[in-house]
Amino acid sequence: MATQHSRSAARVMISPAVLLLLAWMLIPLGMTLYFSFQRYNLLMPGAHPWVGLMNYKLFIQNPAFWTALINTLLLVGGVLIATVVLGVLLAILLDQPMWGQGIVRILVIAPFFVMPTVSALVWKNLFMNPVNGLFAWLLPKLGMAPYDFLTQAPLASITFIVSWQWLPFATLILLTAIQSLDSEQMEAAEMDGASALSRFWYITLPHLSRAITVVVLIQTIFLLSVFAEILVTTNGGPGNASTNLTYLVYARSLLNFDVGGGSAGGVIAIILANIVAIFLMRAIGKNLDA
Amino acid sequence: MGRITLDKVTKRFGDAEVIPPLDLTIEDGEFVVFVGPSGCGKSTLLRLIAGLEDVSGGEIRIDGTAATELPPAKRGLAMVFQSYALYPHMSVRKNIAFPMKMAGMPKEEQERRIDNAAKVLNLTDYLDRRPGQLSGGQRQRVAIGRAIVREPAAFLFDEPLSNLDAALRVGMRLEISELHNRLETTMIYVTHDQVEAMTMADKIVVLRAGKIEQVGTPLELYRTPRNKFVAGFIGSPTMNLIEGPEAQAMDAHTIGIRPEHLDVSSTDGRWRGTVGVAEHLGSDTFFHVHDTGLAEMITVRADGEVQLRHGDTVYLTPQDGKLHRFDEQGLRIA
Repeated sequence: MATQHSRSAARVMISPAVLLLLAWMLIPLGMTLYFSFQRYNLLMPGAHPWVGLMNYKLFIQNPAFWTALINTLLLVGGVLIATVVLGVLLAILLDQPMWGQGIVRILVIAPFFVMPTVSALVWKNLFMNPVNGLFAWLLPKLGMAPYDFLTQAPLASITFIVSWQWLPFATLILLTAIQSLDSEQMEAAEMDGASALSRFWYITLPHLSRAITVVVLIQTIFLLSVFAEILVTTNGGPGNASTNLTYLVYARSLLNFDVGGGSAGGVIAIILANIVAIFLMRAIGKNLDA
Repeated sequence: MGRITLDKVTKRFGDAEVIPPLDLTIEDGEFVVFVGPSGCGKSTLLRLIAGLEDVSGGEIRIDGTAATELPPAKRGLAMVFQSYALYPHMSVRKNIAFPMKMAGMPKEEQERRIDNAAKVLNLTDYLDRRPGQLSGGQRQRVAIGRAIVREPAAFLFDEPLSNLDAALRVGMRLEISELHNRLETTMIYVTHDQVEAMTMADKIVVLRAGKIEQVGTPLELYRTPRNKFVAGFIGSPTMNLIEGPEAQAMDAHTIGIRPEHLDVSSTDGRWRGTVGVAEHLGSDTFFHVHDTGLAEMITVRADGEVQLRHGDTVYLTPQDGKLHRFDEQGLRIA
């Protein structure tokens, strides 16, 4: 890219891709914004008059909104804590030399390849079902009553299912990070009299901070929009006990046929996601600096 | 105190015997250098003493107490690693404090020792920096600082200077030697560089394939190498080893003569040859002499002022009493 000529040639060459990307992102975003200011309900054909911020007001004033917001944060937070804590422990375990290491690693990664709807249905029907599920069979053997997980603890159950899906991702990233830890550092700490626990706390964990940051940031992006698991297990219920923002937007626009209200919800979700992102980058972004 | 005794210490990795049974005594306050070509087991031996590897047989005693089964931290030894192994996320101060923190030492005592070590090692201005912001030499000093504050029975150095550039290496060599003079603590130092061994050691242990070839002071090794291997390993440039009729005439299989023990003349001498490459160092000049009929090439160390050109004819004469004789097994003939 040295000469004027090659630079302008490069710009011409990448312009189709840039234009395509812009169109791809800007047109849907623009249309969402456009619809969010209209009264646009598929059950009321006819004109779509401008209603200003009415859709936003209605969305926020809906009591389900605050429940959904809190559920979203609980779901994201719960899955992050579970995957990071268990991921670190599993990564350390998998880093130990053992027989059948390759197969064990593949098995650990496997849940990540199961698509969300399938894994949620497997958990719902084969494990958590209060009549046919494995847990319903197991709990009485331990002297406990069968538990209807998805009715009595819907959000916790979904958090568990989503954590199960994302644990392999966290484990994989953290495992590669652990493998890059200089073994001489560990030996030095051993010579310095650090116990296994102190070595973990003072050497391994700080070494993993960057990988943990990456896991948290990437997972947050995907966890804010968890949808399929909720749709196939609880449908956001009972009531709206397991409704998150994504599911609320879906309910508004596709169950109530309210395009305007759904669009407003979508825009609010974008704004909230950005607020979360700002907080996250403030809190842990410095770990990404070399 | 730091008297370390190795009694028939053995190390095997699977079927491969890396260190056959080995006996060695390191006296208190001694500066001992393990030297040998790469893969000779010198680092393994150090790690056995440190406790980072388990011995396969034999016994290690530190100050008379059996240490073979002790974990590394309990042996009272401190180690400086080749990669320095500093903790990258801690400041220099915290790095140095780490072993004391692990030992649960009171804060004031920690501070006192850190300040002391920083003063000794010229680190006072860098205490609040991270290792990543330091130069190679400074990192090396931090690693030594971390070892000093523990006041160990002995220091173990694992090729500590091999990551430094040549000029720094000379400086650090001096600093470590001075440190040894001041602390008078036992030091075991592993290197493949015979110059480091010669300049720093009280006692050199030459290793080959896990076996001790010779133990002695630098000058003992230089003057009376026990075999051909030690003769060729100690001294720079390396000793000229000559086989054939010239050696047989002296009742030996091989004779050896160091480059600095050959007199050069352009008119007459014992052996005649042709000058090849000349390496001028200023104070000295190394001549590579060919076509002597003795060996492929004979290296000669001459005064820097000697003027000889490529292709010139030279005559070489070994100095009296400086010839080394070796038998078929490569052992020295007294």
